[in-house]
Amino acid sequence: MSSRRLRALVFKESLQILRDPSAILIAFVLPVLLLFLFAYAVSLDIRQVPLGVVLQTDSARAQSLAAEFGGTRYFKVVPARHRHEVTPLLVSGHIKGYVVIPPDFEQRLLRGEPLIQVITDGTQPNTANFVAGYTRGTLVNWLSDHGLQSPVRLEPRFWFNPEVETRRFLVPGAIAIIMTMIGTLLTALVVAREWERGTMEALLSTPARIPEILLGKLLPYFGLGLIATMGSTLLAIHIFDVPLRGSWGTLLLVSSCFLVPALGQGLVISALAKNQFIAAQAALFSGFLPAFLLSGFLFEIDAMPPAIRLLTHIVPARYFIESLHSIFLVGDVWPLLTRDMLAMLAIGAVMFVIARAKTRKSLE
Amino acid sequence: MTAIVLDNVCKTFGKTPALAGVSGEIAAGRLTGLVGPDGAGKTTLIRLMAGLLAPDEGRLSVAGLDPVVDGDALAESVGYMPQRFGLYEDLSVLENLHLYAELRALPRRDYGRTLDRLLEFTRLGPFTDRLAGRLSGGMKQKLGLACALITSPKVLLLDEPGVGVDPVSRQDLWRMVQELTAEGMAVIWATAYLEEAERCEDVLLLNEGKLTFRGPPGDLTRRLQGRCFQVLGQDDRRNLLSRVLALPGVCDGTIEGDRIRVVMDAGVDLPDLPGVTDVRPVPPRFEDAFIDLLGGGPGGHSPLAEQMPESTARDDTVSCEKLTRRFGDFVAADEVSFSVKSGEILGLLGPNGAGKSTTFKMLCGLLEPSGGEARVAGVDLRRAASDAKLKLGYMAQKFSLYGLLSVRQNLAFYAGVYGLRGRQKRERISQMVEALQLGPLLNRSPDQLSLGFKQRLALACALMHRPPILFLDEPTSGVDPITRREFWTHINGLVTRGVTVLVTTHFMDEAEYCDRVALMHRGRIIALDTPDNLKARAGEGASMEQAFIHLIEGQGDE
Repeated sequence: MSSRRLRALVFKESLQILRDPSAILIAFVLPVLLLFLFAYAVSLDIRQVPLGVVLQTDSARAQSLAAEFGGTRYFKVVPARHRHEVTPLLVSGHIKGYVVIPPDFEQRLLRGEPLIQVITDGTQPNTANFVAGYTRGTLVNWLSDHGLQSPVRLEPRFWFNPEVETRRFLVPGAIAIIMTMIGTLLTALVVAREWERGTMEALLSTPARIPEILLGKLLPYFGLGLIATMGSTLLAIHIFDVPLRGSWGTLLLVSSCFLVPALGQGLVISALAKNQFIAAQAALFSGFLPAFLLSGFLFEIDAMPPAIRLLTHIVPARYFIESLHSIFLVGDVWPLLTRDMLAMLAIGAVMFVIARAKTRKSLE
Repeated sequence: MTAIVLDNVCKTFGKTPALAGVSGEIAAGRLTGLVGPDGAGKTTLIRLMAGLLAPDEGRLSVAGLDPVVDGDALAESVGYMPQRFGLYEDLSVLENLHLYAELRALPRRDYGRTLDRLLEFTRLGPFTDRLAGRLSGGMKQKLGLACALITSPKVLLLDEPGVGVDPVSRQDLWRMVQELTAEGMAVIWATAYLEEAERCEDVLLLNEGKLTFRGPPGDLTRRLQGRCFQVLGQDDRRNLLSRVLALPGVCDGTIEGDRIRVVMDAGVDLPDLPGVTDVRPVPPRFEDAFIDLLGGGPGGHSPLAEQMPESTARDDTVSCEKLTRRFGDFVAADEVSFSVKSGEILGLLGPNGAGKSTTFKMLCGLLEPSGGEARVAGVDLRRAASDAKLKLGYMAQKFSLYGLLSVRQNLAFYAGVYGLRGRQKRERISQMVEALQLGPLLNRSPDQLSLGFKQRLALACALMHRPPILFLDEPTSGVDPITRREFWTHINGLVTRGVTVLVTTHFMDEAEYCDRVALMHRGRIIALDTPDNLKARAGEGASMEQAFIHLIEGQGDE
């Protein structure tokens, strides 16, 4: 290993990154886009769900219940007098469900019978559950506020993310996705590009050794990955109001650990795929999609079938997202972070062993 | 002193042997040509010498080292320039040189001196800040050479350095290489151009992975002393060639301007030919010797041409007037004007990037001109490009055959595309199959065919609708000389039947087959004349390449 050759290769690669608009795009513009997308478009929170309220009696208490539905920020009420006014709206999807307050509402109150009927759109199960749950909640609140019945009141409390804002969950996760893109996709692409353009052939005929060529690729992208992490974190804190309860140092340490398997995976792909198209496909399938689907980013790992759950253990993004959630929302929880970092480094070590074995200084 | 020893070197890819037992020696301080058509095994051999591949059998020693065992040490004493430009197009000339200087551990104190020397040597001094991707083909090759030379290797391996380089830059490359051998370096220059072989001091001639000749090229050509003639006839030179090739004892024949060049078999005298007005003996060339080694060229008879109907229409011509095409700031074709007569072969000749293909694509209606006019078969391409397309056959550079269809299906597809149906379609296909002897290959995929057969198939597809005008885009690049002769036999036959042919080529000698040649350089036609007149402008006995250099230098360096 010659430090002079390594320095020359790192310098060359850095110049190329600075001159290549697509690298800058992936490292800096894409993260901004992704963060905005996950922060705003992919919100899993439900607000202002359009709900029909069919008021079939004019009693004061019925009207006060109807007003209660309109009073929450979860619903946007479409008032009606008859079912047939709202049924077409439900069918056409303009409302997600409706509540019927029947003509015999007062009698039912006295007799303790079921008070209202809730119809929901079962084609959107999440929303249907939400409508069913929140209408019941609203009803229970109303009843107790009016001292009519005093059933058990649930008062859920969420720790760490008191407002249960998914944004706080998604933005740290998005950083992991971005790092996967930079680590795996960019690395796979730039090595494949050297093969495609024939520059690798010339490079291989020089005294440069394989580890030097590989490290010369990795170091600049390692730096680029860390810079992108810092940029995304600044955005997350200042624009999206995500708290950073842990420290910057820990964040960079954990990110560095994640870049090891991400870059390693990029190298494995580039050792096997010698053109950019295949490299990009392989990086998307083996890097991006698992980071998206199997990391706990969008879908909870605990809710997955056991076989899939096992599979998530070899997805480095899983550990990274867990660590990021903890650094952003809880703080530096060292036992958890240490475990995650070791897991990422172990996967990374395997990747590097494979990459080194598969990359030979030969054209075959 | 011996720089490289080859001992029964074998290399096989999959099932195809690329090298089948090559043995030989390459001397230091000499320029050795590694010569042969595409697929002969040149690149494989060079990569073996550079340590980028390992031989399956046999051994080789380069600068006293075994490339398989001492790969790292080898890299320090070998300079290698791959066939494709191997430098970084997004780095400047100087940045590329610095990278290679660092990789090859050039001592810091030698930096300035070495780089100055190389920049002066390659005349790249004024372009040090230019990105390598913006250099011309010739300058790229010179930069590649400079990077390979940074630490003065003992062995310099150049894989087809002359491809894509204009004749003037090629001249420069030769001069540079000759200076290097004078310093004691062993230089290996791989090439598919047989005329380049004549300029080498030693030649390794490869054909289908086997060494067919080793030694100074003169030793090979000397065998043909007294067997080569230039013949001038009264009658059309294409007919004359066809008749001559049919005679017994004729080894090879080609067209050279107004005359034909005839090579006789050993011990056979040139027979008296009726209608011949002048015969003069000429010195043999390396290509003559190569054909002779392979057992002589093909005959001069084209069954394909016989099937074509005699074209008599007078408007089967191609013409263009101030045809221009810009890509952004770059003018790829600059006010190109010419016209091709019916039954004439016009060649567009020039290095890569001169604007041949751009002009061609505009004439075929594949590319919209930025200005000017073009007419094909009397039809204005701007108004009725599709009418014109029915009158022309187009054979693209890479043949455009479908690898997933069989030969039969390819033929049927092209027949269908040109609107043939039913009986006529079946007849036309079977005629083509018979004329080009494609019968045994009908169920194979074009990908499995040799380059020569692919070329035949592509020609059959382009002629399916019997067009009176034929466009050929670099039809014979990379094809061995025998297949090239076969191809030109068909084209000559077609032309005698009245077909108009427009052909692009960067093979200077191929220009000899044309009636007139348009020399293109940097998007413009710098000369348009018969091959003989063009050569005469450069002086007595000049070759086509010399003529080209002469004309470009006459343009002044912009």
